[in-house]
Amino acid sequence: MKKIIPINRMTLCQRLRNYLHSPLSFLIFLLVTLAALFSVFILLFLVVYILIMGIPHLTPELFAFKYDSDNVSMFPAIITTVQTVILSLLIAAPLGIGCAIYLTEYAKKSNRLVPIIRLTAETLSGIPSIVYGLFGMLFFVTALHWGFSLLAGVCTLSIMVLPVVMRSTEEALLSVPDAYREASFGLGAGRLHTILKVVLPSAVPGILAGMILAIGRIIGETAALIYTAGTVAQIPKDVFQSGRTLAIHMYALSNEGLHVGEAYATAVVLLLTVLLINTFASVIAKKIAKV
Amino acid sequence: MKKKVLEKGMEILFLITACASIVAVLLICVFMFAGGLPAFGKIGVLNFLGGEKWAPMDVPPSYGILPMIVGSLYVTAGAILIGVPIGLLTAIFMARFCPRGLYRFLKPALELLAGIPSIVYGFFGMVVLVPFVRGTFGGTGNSILTASILLGIMILPTIIGISESALRAVPEEIYEGALALGATHERSVVFTVLPAAKSGLLAGVILGIGRAIGETMAVILVVGNNARIPDSLLKGVRTLTGNIVLEMGYATGLHREALIATGVVLFVFILLLNLCFSVLNRKKKT
Repeated sequence: MKKIIPINRMTLCQRLRNYLHSPLSFLIFLLVTLAALFSVFILLFLVVYILIMGIPHLTPELFAFKYDSDNVSMFPAIITTVQTVILSLLIAAPLGIGCAIYLTEYAKKSNRLVPIIRLTAETLSGIPSIVYGLFGMLFFVTALHWGFSLLAGVCTLSIMVLPVVMRSTEEALLSVPDAYREASFGLGAGRLHTILKVVLPSAVPGILAGMILAIGRIIGETAALIYTAGTVAQIPKDVFQSGRTLAIHMYALSNEGLHVGEAYATAVVLLLTVLLINTFASVIAKKIAKV
Repeated sequence: MKKKVLEKGMEILFLITACASIVAVLLICVFMFAGGLPAFGKIGVLNFLGGEKWAPMDVPPSYGILPMIVGSLYVTAGAILIGVPIGLLTAIFMARFCPRGLYRFLKPALELLAGIPSIVYGFFGMVVLVPFVRGTFGGTGNSILTASILLGIMILPTIIGISESALRAVPEEIYEGALALGATHERSVVFTVLPAAKSGLLAGVILGIGRAIGETMAVILVVGNNARIPDSLLKGVRTLTGNIVLEMGYATGLHREALIATGVVLFVFILLLNLCFSVLNRKKKT
């Protein structure tokens, strides 16, 4: 970020006098400040409102091991969410990291594949989640006959977060100084050895930050999962069974309209998890920026 | 020798992983179009895109998605009208007016808010915005207006983030030149820096449109989901995305194909928007 040098620093009094000469400037200043206040206020209001309304509904029963129609426990949904996150990353991480390694370490400038990969990655990151959901339903659920299953949901999500993992890994790899690579080559190490032992370890924080962002997206996802992983409210025993993640659980509760209190509580858990995860990612990212 | 084989093997492995995104895009295109295009043939392109009546359960059924297209466009336009001015002004504040101490707190806060799941936004809309609109403007509260406000809020972080970096990318000389000519700080920012960042700002708006038109779960909870062309801002509509999620659960046969075709319409729309976005980005680089 470039620092802006205030070459026209004025006292408040001078500034007010200036505004007297130039009402338009004052108007601009007013509008800009009000808009910023409004943005911050509305977004903070959302978070605070959900927390205040939701925390009283967080009862121990909501974390009971079993879900039934009397006690809409979110515990099975939490377990399913964890399963989904782990499995999705198991697929998306190797693909995304491998792709980034190829783009930064192997591909030459003249390589004709690189612009195509970038274009497709850009396309993937712009596709709305409902289209992913439809595709997952057509391909994994129907064409591959997996049915509504954890596996179908996981595969859909891993395609969805692929560009996130790819881009952050690529940025992390690019920020590793070339001197490291040259030193490693100079000591006689091969390309693969250099990548695995020198480049990747120094890029770990950046890669991690990307993963955490991906986790945040997976946890908050609804539209891509509803017709792939399905909405069964039990913990799936294997990857071919259906299960609902926390976000789907919340959609089901708010759509039925019978359990608004429980929906509030789920919103609190969802919101706090995602906010914590994203804070974690930005803290890690900032650490790299300092190095 | 063994080392050489390993080197080559791993290079090929990395190449294969690099092709994953290409394969994914191809698969998505093939399956979406293969699943949706037959419906265009059976229903007729004009009847499908231009038909004003969506009644898949009637005998004979009618599959016109014009109400959904209109609904999506209205809601997106509303979101842009609300979100873009506020987002843009906030970005100007963040880039040029914000004291450094406040910035250190505001910037991460706004970034964090970009990650709030859409279902949480939707729930917030359902419990806060819907009663608010019902109380203030009348009607049921599930309306174009409510959805526009909610989507306008949802795209704020996206628009603020991209517009701010576009404003910061403007060379400092432009601003200083305006100051030197006697313009006030505010005038310099609005009349010289802002026009210079035009293409970056437009890219932000396009990304915002993409987010708004593709949003599903948040919109379903507040928009009313009536599949007819609305005659006022306080009437409910149904969006393209909503149509898919609401009926896919029980649709069979041609009905199901028509829903996938709805997805294809949405997909093509997003691809066009992406194209605009990357053309703008390329222009910025040259």
